[in-house]
Amino acid sequence: MDTAGAEIGNELSMDTKVVDTKWIGKRTVRPDGADKVTGRATFGADFTLPGMLWGKVLRSPHPHAVIKSINLDKALALPGVRSVMSGADLTDFPLDTPVMVGPADMRFVSRNVMARDKVLYAGHAVAAVAATSSSIAQSALALIEVDYDILPHVIDVEAAMRPDAPVLHDYMRTGGVTPKPEVASNIANRLEFKIGDPEAGFAAADVIVERTFRTEPVHQGYIEPHACLISVAMDGQATIWSSSQGHFMVRNATAKMTGMAVGDVRAIPAEIGGGFGGKTIVYLEPLAMVLARKSGSPVKMVMSREEVFRATGPTSGSVNTVRIGATKDGKITAGEATFRFQAGAFPGAPARPAAMCAFAPYDIENVLSVGIDVVMNRPKSNAYRAPGSPIAAHAVECVVDELADKLGLDPVEFRMRNAAKEGSKAAYGPTFRRIGFVETLEAAKSHPHYSAPLGANQGRGVACGFWFNVGGESSAQLNINEDGTVTVVTGHPDIGGSRASMVNIAAEMLGIDYKSVRAQIGDTSTIGISATTGGSRVTFAAGMAVSQVTEKVIETLRDRAAKIWDIDVDAVIWEEGEARPAGTNAGEFEPLSLAELAAKANATGGPINGQVSINAQGAAPAFATHICDVEVDRDTGRVEIVRYTAIQDAGRAIHPSYVEGQIQGGVAQGVGWALNEEYIYDDAGQLENPGFLDYRMPVASDLPMIDTVVVEVANDAHPHGVRGVGEVPIVPPMAAVANAIEDAVGLRLTDLPMSPPKVLAALEKKG
Amino acid sequence: MSKLAIKMTVNGTEIEAEAEPRMLLIHFLREDLNLTGPHIGCDTSHCGACTVDLNGKSVKSCTIFVGQADGADITTIEGMANADGSLHVLQDMFREHHGLQCGFCTPGMITRAHRLLQENPDPSDDEIRHGISGNLCRCTGYQNIVKAIRAAADQINAAKEAAE
Repeated sequence: MDTAGAEIGNELSMDTKVVDTKWIGKRTVRPDGADKVTGRATFGADFTLPGMLWGKVLRSPHPHAVIKSINLDKALALPGVRSVMSGADLTDFPLDTPVMVGPADMRFVSRNVMARDKVLYAGHAVAAVAATSSSIAQSALALIEVDYDILPHVIDVEAAMRPDAPVLHDYMRTGGVTPKPEVASNIANRLEFKIGDPEAGFAAADVIVERTFRTEPVHQGYIEPHACLISVAMDGQATIWSSSQGHFMVRNATAKMTGMAVGDVRAIPAEIGGGFGGKTIVYLEPLAMVLARKSGSPVKMVMSREEVFRATGPTSGSVNTVRIGATKDGKITAGEATFRFQAGAFPGAPARPAAMCAFAPYDIENVLSVGIDVVMNRPKSNAYRAPGSPIAAHAVECVVDELADKLGLDPVEFRMRNAAKEGSKAAYGPTFRRIGFVETLEAAKSHPHYSAPLGANQGRGVACGFWFNVGGESSAQLNINEDGTVTVVTGHPDIGGSRASMVNIAAEMLGIDYKSVRAQIGDTSTIGISATTGGSRVTFAAGMAVSQVTEKVIETLRDRAAKIWDIDVDAVIWEEGEARPAGTNAGEFEPLSLAELAAKANATGGPINGQVSINAQGAAPAFATHICDVEVDRDTGRVEIVRYTAIQDAGRAIHPSYVEGQIQGGVAQGVGWALNEEYIYDDAGQLENPGFLDYRMPVASDLPMIDTVVVEVANDAHPHGVRGVGEVPIVPPMAAVANAIEDAVGLRLTDLPMSPPKVLAALEKKG
Repeated sequence: MSKLAIKMTVNGTEIEAEAEPRMLLIHFLREDLNLTGPHIGCDTSHCGACTVDLNGKSVKSCTIFVGQADGADITTIEGMANADGSLHVLQDMFREHHGLQCGFCTPGMITRAHRLLQENPDPSDDEIRHGISGNLCRCTGYQNIVKAIRAAADQINAAKEAAE
């Protein structure tokens, strides 16, 4: 059965002219599908080499301590152990100068992958060994002697901000404030975005709502733990096989931290078993590189799930205050927000994007949005799907809902009256070009879900979300093979089916069956520089590169046909997969197919291919509106999601199934964040739930079918209208669920997760 | 440590091997037999990425020692395809209905779904959701996984009816 050619369902409303219709917008079978359903696909932990060693990491048992000494001798003496290392084996970056690799500062990344001088969280890597077997490596860890001087620790964000808090970094002075502080603080950075006159805006308001919200750190929860294999040649050149969202990032960061030339490192992307932002930085690769170099043998390292929880991810926990004022007729006059974010052990919480995204869906004249980036003795936070935006939207969308209620307005109608549209100036700077926010609200209002009856203890919530979407470096190569089949190569790990979208674009433009186009991910030596998969950028940026390279190859194909026919290239057109004379004036020639042109390639100038590298510009934001129905069990406090509809502007859905899939997956993660997921620490600074038993992610029976409505308001800056899809679906769910609980049982819950004990306690308190 | 002599049938082939008694079945499959389709996601039996079929039951192969599988008949994802080399209907439907994004949970999900359909050949969506609730997927929200299993069940049942 092949349903690939089936028309997309009538849920799509086309906004602008749609020229691509053969494969773009079709549910084609992904080119890597057979690999993934048969176990043939090779993920990070699936590689082996002859003579390979197993590397293991010793982690700090203390949340905060000075490392007085590390003795690795006994571990190295254990039979089977081939190399040992500590933080001293990595490049020592001076603390006063940033060393950037992409958006990551190697001063901090290096000290995060292995501690130097101080351990900053329980789980912080301290030393590592490589041995002939995994069990010998494990035994060797017990022989490493570390002498610690234990320091007081701090876990809570507000406690970490206090002047008397234990300071993690004595060199750190709060950035973004004047005058520059003279004493060290855990507040790494304060930033703000302001437009208009917020005080005057609040003075003009008839109703003002202000609340403080708390969110806990949640892990990205990819099912594949971090894994890599590294082999180093006698002359120092090295090959990395690893699972990441960006193998160029892996190459560059690893080279930097181990003092290698970038050109001496080849990073080969494994299939990636989920990332959601959590695999945008390295953890194991620099360690495996050092251990491989020292031992002269390939080294494989794989994290346990406990290590994944204790030392990677999560996104920030936070304490946030939001205040919004509106007039009686439902016009928002001012918005103010302060986001206090847990960065973990090193600076870099997504406080900035949170402050930027917070009020972006609304056209508000007076806004002050503040982000505060705070370090404490927790694992360094990492990107998680739309970093910052879900946390900001949780607070803002709950307050917006409460305001609508106080004003007696329908929550969709209230948002409609204030919705950002083309020409609206966002508080974070830009004036929006054409955007599709209003379209998502209209689709919500007219959706049957929005007017469906509710049962006892059931309630309905609405919330909206925003994400910038991004462009950046992308490379694409397109080869016409000897038989006329086509190979497309890009440089971004395919995390959720992006190969299928690249195939759709190339097949559409070439006018050939999508099955004769195959897509692959090139390694760092075989494809031009390509930035990390993330930020909802791949279909936009790589799609643009694939579009341009296909156009270039079509030009070449026309040129080859012109040579064969001995006519001018302008007299040749490319149509339905073949070169044709442009008209009767061009001459009478039988069309030349891709296969015929490929067969004659050497006679007409050699192999036919193209390569394009771009810094993709013109990314356009995406908006979403979600409708959620819950049922609250008054006896247990359990909240069940009974119906969910997610509406989103995708610009153009290149592959509708993977657009819907991104939306459904984002909603599922958001539901987990809303109801169950959280990092739980004890007073000793230890993570109490580093496993899937107590860190409860949604299973299939926790969720209903998630209806999706894809609105298409094309991004004119993209050759196929793409905006970007993956991030925004996780933005609205926490507020949508909270607003639904309020509607069901009249409880305005402000703290996540809204787990059964919390809901039950709130119900009992309310009486 | 003295090694344990192990005999088992894996994907229809009889295996005789020696293994450390404390070795987990998943490590034996992945490292000794090079069957890397079953994945390790959690080491604690919660994610289901290592699910295999063992003597007619779904088993998370990280929860049992290889010694406990002595004499067992095991099917991993590598043994799911039809005898003629074509994809098993579940594999085909997961691919066709986009029942995966990253694909890491897929081998465990398919082997579990295979046993589920033996246990309950015509499950409701709700029964499918409960039947796979021991297998975590973080990408899809399970929607297309449920659809794929439903579609496979329909095809299997239609083929059975046609044969009767």
